[in-house]
Amino acid sequence: MTKIKTQTISPQNENILIRLKRVESQFGYIPEESITEVAQSLDLPVSEIYGVATFYSFLATKPLGRNVIWVCQNLPCHLKHAEITIDNLERTLGIKPGETTSDNKFSLELTNCIGACDYAPAMLINRDLHGNLTPNKISQILKLYK
Amino acid sequence: MPEKQIVLKNCQMINPRDINTYLARHDFKALAKAQVMEPDEIINEVKASGLRGRGGAGFPCGSKWEAARNTPGDEKYLVGNADEGEVGTFKDRYIIENDPFTFIEGITIAAYAIGAKQSYIYLRSEYHRLRNLLENAISQAKDKGFLKHVKIDIREGAGAYICGEETALMDSIEGKRGEPRYRPPFPTTKGLWGNPTVINNVETLMNIPNIILNGAQQFRQIGTERSKGTKVFSVSGDVAKPGVYELVLGSKLRELVIDLAGAETVKMVQIGGAMGRIVSSTMLDTSLSFETILGAGGVIVYNESRDTIDIVLRTMEFLNKESCGKCSPCREGTEAMVKILQKFAGGRGTPKDTGLLEELSSTMMLASLCGLGQAAPFPVIDSLQYFRHDYESRIK
Repeated sequence: MTKIKTQTISPQNENILIRLKRVESQFGYIPEESITEVAQSLDLPVSEIYGVATFYSFLATKPLGRNVIWVCQNLPCHLKHAEITIDNLERTLGIKPGETTSDNKFSLELTNCIGACDYAPAMLINRDLHGNLTPNKISQILKLYK
Repeated sequence: MPEKQIVLKNCQMINPRDINTYLARHDFKALAKAQVMEPDEIINEVKASGLRGRGGAGFPCGSKWEAARNTPGDEKYLVGNADEGEVGTFKDRYIIENDPFTFIEGITIAAYAIGAKQSYIYLRSEYHRLRNLLENAISQAKDKGFLKHVKIDIREGAGAYICGEETALMDSIEGKRGEPRYRPPFPTTKGLWGNPTVINNVETLMNIPNIILNGAQQFRQIGTERSKGTKVFSVSGDVAKPGVYELVLGSKLRELVIDLAGAETVKMVQIGGAMGRIVSSTMLDTSLSFETILGAGGVIVYNESRDTIDIVLRTMEFLNKESCGKCSPCREGTEAMVKILQKFAGGRGTPKDTGLLEELSSTMMLASLCGLGQAAPFPVIDSLQYFRHDYESRIK
């Protein structure tokens, strides 16, 4: 059995980041126990796995809501009043950036440039892009998510 | 007209989900032509074209390929860098959305030239929605028999600006924290898993099929002495028509932001994003080229109502957040700059603070490990040069 394992696992196709993404898609975040498990199975120190898990902003080490809203806060969006979008989302959802609604439906996060400056102000919900945001549009968009 | 469509010529003309619409126009002719050439011939053609990297650094593409080709080893890699994270830059997104096939044809030719059997597209996680489009294009190209000599796999980031830097990108593909490596060794000698690796920006690879098909001499006909061909720009901010524009290299900034994007009452323009340069409205006749200012082609326009300190502070906050923390000049320098800029923002600057910003700038440029820390002081240096009064008016 071990032999088959070493044949199929190559560094090209199996590494810490790929493992952690798999954990995240299973649990919605990366629990501490999974970090230990990944460390054991790859025979690496826990600190190394934890280091990777906390390096990338799209990997979560705490539970998030079913849908994660990432609002772009960089200059091209800022010039198009991103703060109105953020304020609108805060009031609609009743949470601040970094928080999750009590029904677990949405988490609100601020993020850096998502490469949609031609649709500013813009946000990602999960990995869907929504741009040219207005308060009206935001309330319509939020209805799309369960 | 400074506008010329070479890289973007298929955009809006083909269906990005259907390779047959691409074949009707081009038929992967460039790959067919490349495959009857010797790899060295291809590399010489790309060298002769003068093509320089479009991701910001402007390194001669042919020389990079040659270095990887000439490094001994059976295992070599080609990476298409689609980790477009620079603030205000979205041209590679537009390219992939509209014409994934030229990009893939470029990868196949590059891989053949350097001798790579495996290639990766490193796609930023923020562009996850394009993954399916790219996978579809790869599988259609494979079905048509264009990928017999090279396998193309997609590797996705997980949200880290620094991973656009090529050595950090390699660490991320290897599944580690995306932190820049010390150079030398350069990726072309010791890259992915220690093997020779070429990392090219999406737009660089988009130029390859045209160079192979029409020859280096035709490619060299436009541009400036040391900047040949065109550049794709993404324009945002205070403009009537934000979007993607392809211009002959050497075109004037005015032609891009005023004539094409429709900017009015320009105060300043940030060229090349957070790590780019800031110019004032008196400099709109600056030409856009590697000799002058270019970056990856992200151009943000600010009108006269905008506050210089606010712009520079927000830029520095971004760089501070995205600094990977590996080297102290960048990690601590960006932090210290944010704190000083916050003082100016609150009208609490002191005469000493401008000197401190300048001193920090020179240390960071000299001592930082990678391009992020070396370029992070640019917005401060440029704004102090052109808008010093905006700092002085905030001294208490």
